[in-house]
Amino acid sequence: MCYFIALIICLLPSFLFAEEWEDQKQFNQFASGATIRVLSSTDTAIFAPVIQDFVLKNPEVAVEYFVTGTTDIEQLFRSNPKAFDLVISSAMDLQLKIVNDGLALQLENVRHPAWAQWRQSLFAFTSEPAAIVINRDAFAGYPVPQTRQDLIQAMRARPSVFRGRVGTYDIRKSGLGYLFATQDARASETYWRLMEVMGSLDVRLYCCSGEMIDDLADGTIAVAYNVLGSYAAARHENKDVLDIILPSDFPTTMMRTAMVSKLTNQPELASDFIQHLINLQSHSNKDILMLSPLNTQSDYGDRTTIALEPALMTFLDTLKRRKFLAEWENAVIQ
Amino acid sequence: MNNKLITSGSLRNRLVLTLIGGGAILALLLFFAVRNYATQIAQQGQDNILRASITSILDAASIRDGVAEIDIPYASFSMLSTPSDDRVFYAIFHDNKFLSGYPNLSSGVVKDDLKTTFTSTNFQGQMVRAVTATRTLVGVDGRTLIRVTLAQTQDALSGTLDQISRNAALLGGGFFILATLLSFWATSATIGQLMRLTNSVARRGPQDLRAFEKPVPTEMLPLVKSLNSLMGRLDHSLSQSEDFIAEAAHRIRTPLATVRSYAEATLQRVDTIENRQAMRSMIRAIDESSRAASQLLDHAMITFRADHLERQDVDLVELVRDLVVRLTPIAEMKDLTFDLKHDNTVMCKGDPVLIQNAVRNLIDNALKYAPSESVVAIRIIARPKVQIVINDSGKGFLAEEIDLLTTRFKRGQNAEGTIGSGLGLTIARDVAVAHGGNLLLSNRIEGGACVTLSL
Repeated sequence: MCYFIALIICLLPSFLFAEEWEDQKQFNQFASGATIRVLSSTDTAIFAPVIQDFVLKNPEVAVEYFVTGTTDIEQLFRSNPKAFDLVISSAMDLQLKIVNDGLALQLENVRHPAWAQWRQSLFAFTSEPAAIVINRDAFAGYPVPQTRQDLIQAMRARPSVFRGRVGTYDIRKSGLGYLFATQDARASETYWRLMEVMGSLDVRLYCCSGEMIDDLADGTIAVAYNVLGSYAAARHENKDVLDIILPSDFPTTMMRTAMVSKLTNQPELASDFIQHLINLQSHSNKDILMLSPLNTQSDYGDRTTIALEPALMTFLDTLKRRKFLAEWENAVIQ
Repeated sequence: MNNKLITSGSLRNRLVLTLIGGGAILALLLFFAVRNYATQIAQQGQDNILRASITSILDAASIRDGVAEIDIPYASFSMLSTPSDDRVFYAIFHDNKFLSGYPNLSSGVVKDDLKTTFTSTNFQGQMVRAVTATRTLVGVDGRTLIRVTLAQTQDALSGTLDQISRNAALLGGGFFILATLLSFWATSATIGQLMRLTNSVARRGPQDLRAFEKPVPTEMLPLVKSLNSLMGRLDHSLSQSEDFIAEAAHRIRTPLATVRSYAEATLQRVDTIENRQAMRSMIRAIDESSRAASQLLDHAMITFRADHLERQDVDLVELVRDLVVRLTPIAEMKDLTFDLKHDNTVMCKGDPVLIQNAVRNLIDNALKYAPSESVVAIRIIARPKVQIVINDSGKGFLAEEIDLLTTRFKRGQNAEGTIGSGLGLTIARDVAVAHGGNLLLSNRIEGGACVTLSL
């Protein structure tokens, strides 16, 4: 009987968060001290070394790591800000809006350059460009496209090869995909032409970078647009199969951001975790933080990195989003 | 004049306090004026950006197929970036129906006029500056109204204001310190003029009633003028009363001499003892009056000459010896002998008439109060200062009135029965003071008075 009750108590948290996680992992779960709950969009495989390093330095702390999509993260966190101590996401716009709505804790002690943080609440710790990733086999004997225009031409030249074998984010589901799409659309009309071409080739839509890269690796698709190059690069086993191209016409670079919930029970531990992330990126230890660190040479004036500013919220406006999605569906779903 | 003057506070303190107080008030005014002005400008800056932003949002509004569409330009929020990362809120209404943004932001008061209005309100626990503007769109179905409220927190603004306040406080503080230093300087410069006048009044001798002629500031001219006229009147009335006394004494002395000669003649003729006694008393009274009159004359003369002291070399030894010779007959009548001792030559600068008068009065006193067959000792000393010391072996002075004896008409209580006017010592003292010396009265240990005239 006692065992039964203990079992229920142990399993209670999992019932409470009867969420369908992409992944969920506990680190240092038998630690004596507190547990911090991290809600993240970053794959466990990539982020595990970071957390392991953290618990190594803070052995009394346990970390629970939950992975889900960027859009889910926003909805989950908004509906229950008390349930998580830290939120890490690549969707800068959604993160910024959470901070703007006053749900994040201001960390006065964390020192970070002004362009890489917002309101001393949202801290950027990686700098990851959106990339065109190709399966080398599909381009064997053909020039590798360097720009979006090149890609359009390559697809138009061999529609039979690419039909049903091009992929990109479903921006209706993926927050990051939406962010990349809106920033691309801001930068150039080329984006819309590319979408029309991809739409005409029965584009496959993905929720996440991981799946897209898996499909690329096994040859299901030949080209993926706006994938996180850092994810592709992190998978060493794909090195010989995939080419990661940063479009030379205009690169779109995202900064992965982290924040602490305003209602956290462990403000100090959570703050330490943020500091840990910042330290890791500034020391640029590839073995622990596999994602590329902040580009310190480029300042705020650099237009290729999406700036942390209130303007990110414009595309989240209901009307504007509805309009943008309508245009996108118009172009992609034919 | 020993009653204490009542003061009504210090002019210097009042001046300093007024100036410093004024400086403090001005500094505070400066601080608040600068801060207020800066606040207005800073607020205006934020308002202008909010206005530009909301204008660009409203510009992006359109009606398509009867549905309101607002494609918020990226720049309209981008321009709201501040160094403090201020939060931005907005709400869009179509004919008072909420379309998108933050539904709670609505200012509550919905005005129908199309003016852009700015308000400072509280939203999500923070003070925000909110701007509300409207735009009328004409669609197929008629006119519709788009209303947008845009709000921004004021972190950057308050940061700027803090900095401005600090600078304004520094400015005000500096101004106050400067004003304080200036007020001390101005006060001491002003009071300095008064002090200078006070000093020049205080430095004057007791008899000096001349008018002030040194230049004084315009504001003090009335004071100096009235002081001068007061002294003029004082001088005038003093000399008038001196003249009057001299004139009166002179007028009295002549008839008194006549009365005396008549009285003496009558004394020779009356035989009755009582009558002779009466006549003698009368002559004695006449003598006393006549002596008083002549001493009053002397006193008036001395007052006049002391005011216009003419110094010349005086051989004191000769002067005193001359007096002794002249007074010897009177001394012999009382069987008194003079004992004159002196340094070889004792010279001093002074008015011989005055000195002679003073010394004669002192010797007269000695002759009057010394008992018969005694010695009146006179010493003339040149060093350390010029002094004439006259000793007798009479009753001496009463200790309790020794300080008062040199005042006018004051006579010792032990001088009853001796003829005297009460002016002798006064004359001697006035002469000594006029020459920058003094008159010292004391009693000798072996009995008798000792009078020291220092010049």
